[in-house]
Amino acid sequence: MKLTSYVQERQLTLVLTGEIDHHCAREMMQGISEKIDIYMPLRCILDFSEVRFMDSSGIAVVLHTLRHMKTLDGKLILQNIPAQAYKVLKAAGIEKITDMKEECRQ
Amino acid sequence: MKGENYISIEFPSKSCNEAFARGAIACFAAQLDPTLDELGDIKTAVSEAVTNCIVHAYPHEIGPIRLKARILEDHVLDITIKDRGCGIKDLAQARKPMFTTGGEERSGMGITIMESFMTEFRISSTPGKGTTIHMKRKIVRRGGSK
Repeated sequence: MKLTSYVQERQLTLVLTGEIDHHCAREMMQGISEKIDIYMPLRCILDFSEVRFMDSSGIAVVLHTLRHMKTLDGKLILQNIPAQAYKVLKAAGIEKITDMKEECRQ
Repeated sequence: MKGENYISIEFPSKSCNEAFARGAIACFAAQLDPTLDELGDIKTAVSEAVTNCIVHAYPHEIGPIRLKARILEDHVLDITIKDRGCGIKDLAQARKPMFTTGGEERSGMGITIMESFMTEFRISSTPGKGTTIHMKRKIVRRGGSK
């Protein structure tokens, strides 16, 4: 699991890389939380373009990030979601509680 | 029904084996020539089942997980995942979407995803003895696939 981040005008973009499962979810949540605590963004973008696989552990990662952003009155945006991960997120109705954009197809 | 081909793998309930289990099922399923979408569904369902064994069946210890898969005559992948862990007391509650006893690291969507991504899903559990998940996935025959 690798997390690449960049910040621009209180917008934090986090590029998630690799496979998101229970094995790496805790480390990923901690990594995301640390970045949010450091940069205190108004908008946090989780970019899934480098995610090769995701199970329901990814739903927990998104919900954890959403709760953290709500404590800052900030917004969470999910982007570049591959088809497999999109299907998992949709099963949990994540599109109803976050801004999901630029859905891509395999 | 006579199975055409099968695998049977046992591995310990270590979280690093989640990726191994879904990789193994993907390799086995490849002979049915699934689409990327079908393969993604199968890998996701197996990942959920194995994660449940690791998180819930053996919460305080490492125990054995048995993954069996068969290819049936009608282009169906038949998967069984069995543990000898603590079992589930209330199956109806466990099957509810968003219900989890796994804390905020878990979403409570594992069983819902297995049910919706696979063609058939069955779960049986005996407290103190373990849980068995049985899933089937029909793979659509494509041009040239026998």
